[in-house]
Amino acid sequence: MLEYENSLKSITSGKCLTVYLEGDIDHHNARIVRSKIDTKLYIQRPGELVLDLSRVNFMDSSGLGLILGRYTKAVELGILFKVANPSPQIRKILDLAGTERLIKIENAPMSAKRV
Amino acid sequence: MKATVVNDVRLTFPSVSSNEAFARAAAASFCAQLNPTYDELSDIKCAVSEAVTNAIVHGYRDALGEVQLHMTITDDRVFRAEIKDKGCGIPDVEEAMRPLFTTDPENERSGMGFTIIENFMDSLRVVSAPAKGTRVIMTKKLSMLPRVKG
Repeated sequence: MLEYENSLKSITSGKCLTVYLEGDIDHHNARIVRSKIDTKLYIQRPGELVLDLSRVNFMDSSGLGLILGRYTKAVELGILFKVANPSPQIRKILDLAGTERLIKIENAPMSAKRV
Repeated sequence: MKATVVNDVRLTFPSVSSNEAFARAAAASFCAQLNPTYDELSDIKCAVSEAVTNAIVHGYRDALGEVQLHMTITDDRVFRAEIKDKGCGIPDVEEAMRPLFTTDPENERSGMGFTIIENFMDSLRVVSAPAKGTRVIMTKKLSMLPRVKG
């Protein structure tokens, strides 16, 4: 999976940075995605970070680690943090870890998911 | 009555992280012959991915080793997967299986791998000995196929 070697799609709207994760988020891909998101965070210093999962086909506990790690980083930097549009399968993993106690999870209507 | 094995595959691959995607795709292909539901297939892919990642990340750490994936299907629609490594082993299996337990927080390991397997599969057994390796055995019974009318 070389899709993350090149780019990570993101949109900045006002103070909000939305990062669109794609494809498979496993241990193999998580490391490179993590460093790309963190680089954007340090350079842009947004007021809010949204991780949009609508384009993620597969995620396991490595993806969970990535999400929880970005939450921790966002708290450290005083940035609001949200997760958007997880599939039902990803939602099951987030719920197992009790993620909702820490992180706001939003589902946008289908029409709003396309960039 | 003891179930009969109707298919049996063994795969051996090096512990490189790109093989995590290979292993779960292989598991999905192998299960496809049972016509699983989308949810069943997603659960199996995720559980196999977790166990293979454990072998690569924790079993062998930074060293290169061999990971074995042995999958069977029986005539009662039970999928079984055994993931085996000859890595460092787990000193305390009970502790390792506790939700959120991880030996590697620096690399953002969530410590939820075994919990996910337990929840997504029907059974999970972990057999491990320090310096000898680990075997993770999981099963899932797939739902009956819908009856075709007519």
